[in-house]
Amino acid sequence: MWLLNSSVGRKVIMSVSGLALILFILFHMSMNLVAIISPDSYNLICEFLGANWYALVATAGLAALVVVHFVYAFILTLQNKKARGGQSYAYTAKPKGVEWASQNMFVLGVIVLLGMALHLYNFWAKMQLVEVMHMIGAHVNTDLATNGVYYIKETFSCPVYVVLYIVWLVALWFHLTHGFWSALQTLGWNNQVWFNRWRCIGNVITTLIILGFMAVVVYYFALSLCGGACCAAC
Amino acid sequence: MDKNISFNLKVWRQRGPKEKGMFVTYPMKDIPGDTSFLEMLDILNEELVNKGEEPIVFDHDCREGICGMCSLYVNGHPHGPATGATTCQLYMRRFKDGDTITVEPWRSAAFPVIRDLMVDRTAFDKIQQAGGYVSINTGGIPDANAIPIGKDVAEEAMDAAACIGCGACVAACKNGSAMLFVSAKVSQFALLPQGQAEAARRAKSMVAKMDELGFGNCTNTRACEAECPKCISISNIARLNREFVKAKLKD
Repeated sequence: MWLLNSSVGRKVIMSVSGLALILFILFHMSMNLVAIISPDSYNLICEFLGANWYALVATAGLAALVVVHFVYAFILTLQNKKARGGQSYAYTAKPKGVEWASQNMFVLGVIVLLGMALHLYNFWAKMQLVEVMHMIGAHVNTDLATNGVYYIKETFSCPVYVVLYIVWLVALWFHLTHGFWSALQTLGWNNQVWFNRWRCIGNVITTLIILGFMAVVVYYFALSLCGGACCAAC
Repeated sequence: MDKNISFNLKVWRQRGPKEKGMFVTYPMKDIPGDTSFLEMLDILNEELVNKGEEPIVFDHDCREGICGMCSLYVNGHPHGPATGATTCQLYMRRFKDGDTITVEPWRSAAFPVIRDLMVDRTAFDKIQQAGGYVSINTGGIPDANAIPIGKDVAEEAMDAAACIGCGACVAACKNGSAMLFVSAKVSQFALLPQGQAEAARRAKSMVAKMDELGFGNCTNTRACEAECPKCISISNIARLNREFVKAKLKD
């Protein structure tokens, strides 16, 4: 199978799984913004995407994408290290036009993955997982399982989480600014004209996604800071 | 007239493929700025021979930037700090008095060191032999405009054909990938009608050979394009990916 046993094929796997994950976080970010506009509607979305069959199928699909993307990143990185040879250069200089992110995609990816683990612990384990546990008959309290806003408030009132989430999002920004155009280059959908266009489109999409996610973090952190005072005012 | 400069030359010395190598520093005195980098090495080698020491081994041939034989990783750049130039086109006026200049061979698993600064680039010949040609007899030079080809297409094919196969792309790449070389060789044919008949087979067999020889996987860092002495663009890599994916989907 050419996808598995050729270098270009393995890169196509990275490219397609990466693009699918970008689409997912675009969707995820749009839903998060609802939490600022209307907390009640946000909880409705949480209910809609709880332990329903379609949400569970989608979750499994996403998990598979992440696993494929990470496993192939790991394999490719190992192969590339081997291809580099045992002896490294004594003197290295960064050539002009080389993005920092492009040479550190694996490290950035690991940061993104660690952030994702924290995120799953903060939200998924308390929401969808609780519902699933309830469905299979475990004794769990499902009162708050679809109350996303409650968990957002709880998580982002803690400054440590706010900082960790921002570090995570910045790493994701760097990862995606390279990843987006690189994915299209790998698929062969690029030339001298489209190179700059894709880079520009990628930077805009990435920046919008990251700003959207950050808005929720910062908004709820600010809300927790002036919590009492604001409520008194309204 | 350029000024004379004195500097230290830190050179990788390695007696054979299996031997352990190390850096040796040679002080160089009063080298005129208009000496080429390779002439400077010739001066040093003459001194070494006169002293009864082994001269430094390095690849070179035409010394005018077209044969692709010279290599050398100078101060962290394949072919040195100049852009769009090979090592033989590098002059000592680029360096300052009192500098330490580090000279290393290409480093890549697919390019093992033969001796000192000379590496074995047979891998590139093998990739070429896997499909980097047109196997039909195209006869003599056709009349101009007998086969109409657009000017931009002709220019792009010519730009790809400018690749001299020196291996700077592999040396610059943190993944030891040969994609820039292979993509230039595939593109120069894929763009022209004479090469299109065998385009799918060529892309498949050249990529397969490249993988087999232990080159890495391209991650689009663009270091190759920045260091290429012939300024080959990574849009050729996109074309190779496109040709390869198209050929595989058709199978």
